[in-house]
Amino acid sequence: MANTFELIASSTVGSGGASSIDFTSIPSTYTDLCLKVSTRHATGSPYLAVAFNGSSASFTYRYLEGSGAAASSGNGSANWSVAINPSSATASIFSNGEIYIPNYAGSTNKSFSADGVTENNGTTAYADLFASLWSNTAAINQITLSAVGGGNFVQYSTAYLYGVKNA
Amino acid sequence: MPNPTRIEINCETGVESIIELTDAEVAEMTYAAELAAEKKAEENAKAEADATAKAALLVKLGITADEAKLLLA
Repeated sequence: MANTFELIASSTVGSGGASSIDFTSIPSTYTDLCLKVSTRHATGSPYLAVAFNGSSASFTYRYLEGSGAAASSGNGSANWSVAINPSSATASIFSNGEIYIPNYAGSTNKSFSADGVTENNGTTAYADLFASLWSNTAAINQITLSAVGGGNFVQYSTAYLYGVKNA
Repeated sequence: MPNPTRIEINCETGVESIIELTDAEVAEMTYAAELAAEKKAEENAKAEADATAKAALLVKLGITADEAKLLLA
């Protein structure tokens, strides 16, 4: 049977911005989840923060990042993910990224991956790859996206949550 | 000034709600921001210390970074 993507829900940030986008009551009927995000931060230069089931604890990650001038890599214990277009980036340009969560409804720890790029009409823009783990065996039924360090996503930032069947 | 808002989408019903953060949530967000800034500063300091140690070791060995790469290849 062919793999299928189905849009579960989506959101576009309205005027005034929003500090987080929270998908709740996610059905457990899919194999995997895929989030597509297009975001820009109102004030700072942060990274995306991902929380599952309301928890931002027990997350670890390894990452690779290129800025156009340098490459870096590292690891950490936090719910950080790909970079968000900062307020200093060229006006009206948004970053984009994808977070893929396989076996989200299973009873093992949840590994997931993320890739993303910031966009900028300038010399510096970031490309990120994250391999992450949520050391929790609960089925994921809620995903919250926010910015590391707080602050708002600007108007027209979007998040689309897809369910993947038969992956 | 009103508190920032968050968006909540119930995937079962499709209902989207825009909810003003409570004072406690704003305080939690501020605390998280401070922790994130601290963590970032720690990471930057470690990266700087590692680079300094690496440069000092190269000087001690009397070789360049390219020569060190060659040795490890």
